[in-house]
Amino acid sequence: MTIIEQLLTSFIASAAFVIIFNGPKRSLFHCGLVGMVGWMFYFLLEANGVDMVLSTVIASFSIAIASQYFAKKYKTPVIIYSVAGIIPLVPGGIAYNAMRNFVQNDYNLAINMAAKAFMISGSIAIGLVFSEVINQIIRKSKLKTIVNKSQ
Amino acid sequence: METERQETYDIMAVCLLAGKIMLQSGAETYRVEDTMMRIAASFGAYQSHPYVTPTGILFSVEGSEPTKTKLIRIVERTTDLEKVASVNGISRKISAGEYTIEEAYKELKKISESGSPYSLWVHVFAAAIASGCFLIMFQGSWDDFLPAFITGGLGFLSLLYFHQLVPIKFFSEFSASLLIGLQALFFVSIGIGGELDKIIIGSVMPLVPGLLITNAVRDLMAGHLISGLAKGADAFLTAFAIGSGIAVIFSFF
Repeated sequence: MTIIEQLLTSFIASAAFVIIFNGPKRSLFHCGLVGMVGWMFYFLLEANGVDMVLSTVIASFSIAIASQYFAKKYKTPVIIYSVAGIIPLVPGGIAYNAMRNFVQNDYNLAINMAAKAFMISGSIAIGLVFSEVINQIIRKSKLKTIVNKSQ
Repeated sequence: METERQETYDIMAVCLLAGKIMLQSGAETYRVEDTMMRIAASFGAYQSHPYVTPTGILFSVEGSEPTKTKLIRIVERTTDLEKVASVNGISRKISAGEYTIEEAYKELKKISESGSPYSLWVHVFAAAIASGCFLIMFQGSWDDFLPAFITGGLGFLSLLYFHQLVPIKFFSEFSASLLIGLQALFFVSIGIGGELDKIIIGSVMPLVPGLLITNAVRDLMAGHLISGLAKGADAFLTAFAIGSGIAVIFSFF
């Protein structure tokens, strides 16, 4: 039940974000799918006791792969899909708690939370970049085999 | 000689317009530079050097004559992914040789003057429903869905309104998040909402600078250090504005 609930809400939330960002209407459905895939990876891994940072890396990696797939298939800039997918992973809740603890003079906990938020945003980036690097390696190695064949 | 010079200027006008639209709509720096170089090359200007930062574009074209350079200033930046996609499509068509310089310029002008594909109320509704969904994703209860829905929608509407009133981003974000905090507090105190934290986190999500953070990191990794740092600073300012808006609520209540 929780899974269905999470699937549905993450799909709607990601698609709604594309509307806020004025995304093209024809890619709304695909953006929702990308967001859903990323959130499912994150949610399931985190629920099974995997570290938050690691699950964020894996989730953003999966988002990047899915968005590159859609971008290539529909000849649209990859950013449209990856932004929609990334939004649920942004550590809004942790950043909020950090801010709240700062205001309530609990600096130890606040720094703790802020460091965690920083780690998570860094791991989103690492996941994205990592998949881009792999994509380029694949593309270049393919190009080489084509060049070799034609010679 | 004269016509050749005029043509170079025309090519530069097309490239700069394309770059300007993309940058204003929230495209990554490398995509803007790449698109400008591609357009220039497909019109015959093979040696071009775009230098793109979030606040301005420098573009110079080398040829048989002395190098020509132009600068345009970017003041207003919004997020409009539809425009990024359409300029990308036009650049593809230019590369395929489907447009002349004049046609390309006209098409780009059309894009730059077109409005948002969604009306204001669709935006507000999207923000509202996103807020509600985020509440559920962060393990909130369905009882809080309606408060988060209303708070998120009104918060986003107030962001747009305040931005029209005073065009300073920090101010409008701060006031919007202040209003979100007040509304959440109101709903909890009259007994409609349960968890104050979850309602606030859910409703604040439409304001979160997700696009900026992603772009900042991608620019930094791609070696566009100035753009990356500038966008990072922009994202940090937004996050700080939201955080301090909420913080005010907590320090008073």
